[in-house]
Amino acid sequence: MIPGPFSYHRPATLADAVKLLSTLGDEARPLAGGHSLVPMMKLRLASPEHLVDLHGIAGLKGIRRDGNTIVIGAMTTQHELLASDEIGKSLPILDETALLIADPQVRYRGTIGGNVANGDPGNDMPALMMTLGASYRLEGASGAREVAAAEFYQGAYFTALEPGELLTSISIPVPATGHGYAYEKLKRKVGDYATAAAAVVLTMAGGKVATCKIGLTNLSETPLLAEDAAKAVIGTSLDPAALKIAAAAAVAIMSPAADARGPVEYRKHVGGIMVTRALQRAVGRAS
Amino acid sequence: MNDMTPTREQREAKLEGMGCKRKRVEDIRFTQGKGNYVDDLKLPGMLHGDFVRSPHAHARVKKIDDTEALKVPGVLAVITAETLKTVNLAWMPTLAGDVQMVLADGKVLFQNQEVAFVVATDRYAADDGINKVVVEYEPLPPLIDPFKAMDKDAPVLREDLAGKTTGVHGPRKHHNHVFEWTVGDKDLTDAAFRKAEVTIKEMISYHRTHPSPLETCQCVCSFDKIRGELTIWGTFQAPHVIRTVVALIAKIPEHKIHVISPDIGGGFGNKVGAYPGYICAAVASIVTGKPVKWVEDRIENLTATSFARDYHMTTEIASTKEGKVTGLRVHVLADHGAFDACADPSKWPAGFFNIVTGSYDFPTAHLSVDGIYTNKALGGVAYRCSFRVTEAAYCIERAMDILAQKLNMDPAELRLKNFIKPEQFPYHSALGWEYDSGDYHTAMRKMMETVDYAGLRKEQALLRAAFKRGETREIMGLGVSFFTEIVGAGPSKNCDILGIAMFDSCEIRLHPTGAGIARVGSKSQGQGHETTWAQIIATEIGIPADDIMVEEGNTDTAPYGLGTYGSRSTPVAGAAIAMAARKIKAKAQMIAAYKLEVHEDDLEWDIDGFRVKGLPEKTMSMKDICWAAYNSVPPGMEPGLEAVSYYDPPNMTYPFGAYICVMNIDVDTGVYKVRRFYALDDCGTRINPMIIEGQVHGGLTEAFAIAMGQEIRYDADGNVVTGSFMDFFMPTAVETPHWETDFTVTPSPHHPIGAKGVGESPNVGGVPAFSNAVNDAFSFLGSTHIQMPHDYWRNWKAAKDLGAVA
Ligand SMILES: Cc1cc2nc3c(=O)[nH]c(=O)nc-3n(C[C@H](O)[C@H](O)[C@H](O)COP(=O)(O)OP(=O)(O)OC[C@H]3O[C@@H](n4cnc5c(N)ncnc54)[C@H](O)[C@@H]3O)c2cc1C
Repeated sequence: MIPGPFSYHRPATLADAVKLLSTLGDEARPLAGGHSLVPMMKLRLASPEHLVDLHGIAGLKGIRRDGNTIVIGAMTTQHELLASDEIGKSLPILDETALLIADPQVRYRGTIGGNVANGDPGNDMPALMMTLGASYRLEGASGAREVAAAEFYQGAYFTALEPGELLTSISIPVPATGHGYAYEKLKRKVGDYATAAAAVVLTMAGGKVATCKIGLTNLSETPLLAEDAAKAVIGTSLDPAALKIAAAAAVAIMSPAADARGPVEYRKHVGGIMVTRALQRAVGRAS
Repeated sequence: MNDMTPTREQREAKLEGMGCKRKRVEDIRFTQGKGNYVDDLKLPGMLHGDFVRSPHAHARVKKIDDTEALKVPGVLAVITAETLKTVNLAWMPTLAGDVQMVLADGKVLFQNQEVAFVVATDRYAADDGINKVVVEYEPLPPLIDPFKAMDKDAPVLREDLAGKTTGVHGPRKHHNHVFEWTVGDKDLTDAAFRKAEVTIKEMISYHRTHPSPLETCQCVCSFDKIRGELTIWGTFQAPHVIRTVVALIAKIPEHKIHVISPDIGGGFGNKVGAYPGYICAAVASIVTGKPVKWVEDRIENLTATSFARDYHMTTEIASTKEGKVTGLRVHVLADHGAFDACADPSKWPAGFFNIVTGSYDFPTAHLSVDGIYTNKALGGVAYRCSFRVTEAAYCIERAMDILAQKLNMDPAELRLKNFIKPEQFPYHSALGWEYDSGDYHTAMRKMMETVDYAGLRKEQALLRAAFKRGETREIMGLGVSFFTEIVGAGPSKNCDILGIAMFDSCEIRLHPTGAGIARVGSKSQGQGHETTWAQIIATEIGIPADDIMVEEGNTDTAPYGLGTYGSRSTPVAGAAIAMAARKIKAKAQMIAAYKLEVHEDDLEWDIDGFRVKGLPEKTMSMKDICWAAYNSVPPGMEPGLEAVSYYDPPNMTYPFGAYICVMNIDVDTGVYKVRRFYALDDCGTRINPMIIEGQVHGGLTEAFAIAMGQEIRYDADGNVVTGSFMDFFMPTAVETPHWETDFTVTPSPHHPIGAKGVGESPNVGGVPAFSNAVNDAFSFLGSTHIQMPHDYWRNWKAAKDLGAVA
């Protein structure tokens, strides 16, 4: 568990970072909190020759509200999300999810940018970002672009990021007041990735579900939006029959791998239960 | 007497002797990061070694090419089996009487086996070197399933044993067979089963797991060419044994080997044996003339050094209709992996597994154990238990529950009915042990009353009815465990390691001012010996515990001891400490008599000194006696005040306990919740109740981990799938249940202070309590036995197999 040799760079501006990444090419990797990348390097599953540390770039940190959008700098740590009043007020599901990520030590270092950019299907933030309709700002040598979270994930560790591009911030539309939300995660212990997890954001009108989004974590190569499942509950009062249909629709799109958390059948089964429980808890919180 | 004269209570309290919740003296340095561990050691010019390991479970090694590795800056040498052959060290003996490869010789037999040792100027360069060593393998069919090991066409694993039809423990039945060990009266037992009104039979597996101490195995070896001396700092639970092993296999005179165990960050059986890392570091130091450090990483620790358990126990009990047991028959398939590397006393190939009759009065029993080889890591060690005692306790405690279920009887009642009665001690068990003491009924009843056992059973019945009506998805289980351990190996009549009797030792030296040092042959890995050993001495000779320095782990200064494992320290070393103290006390009494000008017999002991019988004001404190020992001893007596004791115990000690676990399980997810866990331990005399409680907490946490998920699992190709703390269940404070502890005291009649050892009891007794709780929860749905570990998905699967989830 010793990483291979690498050289270390700490640019002070975004422009310098982008420049470094483009000149160093494929052998360079951005380094954020290091809590996904460094373990991979220690196992020599990743052996970048250059690490470009983003901690020196002041502009990549911070949380601000821009009208009806919350903009979070990529280098904002999970701990900072939890400490933010703005997030607690307008995006409580982000707090609920961040608290289910590992332990305080990991959350002090791990960043939201690293979490969503990593492309690990086990990470919790990506499915949540899809559920919230977030978009990512990507900046590279050829300029900046916005990519919807829902379009970003292509496969395990494969994303829309082009070589040399950095994810600089995340924009999240503030959910409607009175929305219901829940992130349900089944894990074996603190510090474990999800056996299955589901994010739900919904609104109610006249006792019926008006809008609903459901995201799934670690139940496929990429995070998933369970669109049929969400559709199935709209217009219902989330009665047992509707819940059952929704869970079945969500299970239908799951394709987890068997691992020490359990066989495929189990992970799908509990995936359905996470969806059910998240829906139930979300509706209880909606007004 | 004036007001300043301390009362007897104050004098007593000042000693902080036995029974005192003395704070652990070692924690002052541990909690401030000032411990001194092997990896803290940095010597001038020190080199670092690390292993190239096999990716295959079974393969022929065709070629090892180190050309590119040697070009890596900082890499100095690549050691292979060929190198080691030049010093006759390519293979080494195991403590179990087998031999093992130090580095792959011709083939590899398990994944992550050591293939080559790269020596470099720093750890990073060593690892870069490892990645440049090119090894050519020819994969062979792996043998993973122990039940297929003795198939006719099973692959031959140990080519070195070709043609050997006998091993150190007798005849071998098959090329993958290690030994067969039988105990008990077969005919009588078979007859009991023929006559039995009721019998049960179940294959009860105790899965493979690992001790996984926080600090992994490591060493620094430094060979001084001029003096011809080898110094080894290492994480050794038994430093003297290591010194002897090194002397025997490296042919260095034993007085020129210095083995030092500094602070150790947990052992749990992982650090008893000798590992290739030690040999390679020593050879590398001899070759390079520089100190060489070897530090295992977590993955290496979990996958290469000493697993535990992997016992598959086909268990049968014969009984009357009323539930009186009449016979026990157990056959064990013992998976040892590629080499038999148990660290058991030499004559005990399956350790003390013949304690499997447990706390019950079995008129007859028969046990047979078949040890076999598979393509898995070698072992297996005693993970926080006396040799194979935890397997035995699990086996009988699970089987008693299965019998209770068959008889439709309450499992606690069944136990009470079959316990060995207090008046039967010393009790001779059907499988050959002499239990020294016990009062099982009192302990069991205390447990049942404290937790309101009857009330819990009522609650369970209501919940079961509600479950059947579809009103809840939760089920509830009560896991009862009543264990008897056998610890304190051991009497020279039946215990030795490499021919050395398993005594232990203590040397006490008191200084003129009334302070002193005690050196002991045991070696703490976190058990708090520096605290408790001083407490024994304090009570025995009236010197405050704070004035006694305890030192262990340096083979140059400590008397020869067999080390710390198998809960042997208090039963054996603890006894040696008391006996050495008593020798000192006897001499002190002569000095006091001389100084007080009375006959020795006119003196009596009083807390911290002697007083003249009938003249309570005529006293001499131990502190004053120490001074006198250095200036005015009786004529003809040698000055000084010191003593050595080597203690060969007359018997083992038999701690016991009554545990119960109350657990609810959500059948839809398999997620469990431990609602209550109560542990009553009887370890005889209690030296430091706070340390006992700490030991029980730690052991129960391990038991919880093992029963509920901690596992070394291999896939069909022999890849370890649980090789890191991500998948090898290591609970954090968040998952760990709340522990309630309690006790009764039944002193050991043969131990000088009546103590029995406790550090391992909670691991031994805890696992069956958890597993019985899970099994008890599911039993009303029709199951008799569900194998461990009981992690979420397996609980769900059990529910599904029983038709409780769709
Ligand atoms: C014990 C443990 C348990 C964990 N459990 C969980 C869990 O349950 N759920 C969970 O979601 N996470 C978990 N994590 C991961 C943790 O949240 C990580 O911190 C996070 O996934 C990555 O963030 P980071 O800042 O550490 O990124 P890094 O590790 O530094 O980087 C991760 C990857 O993203 C790239 N990258 C980083 N920042 C950028 C950027 N701005 N633009 C482009 N690429 C970038 C890096 O090059 C690298 O490839 C766990 C980690 C540990 C150590």
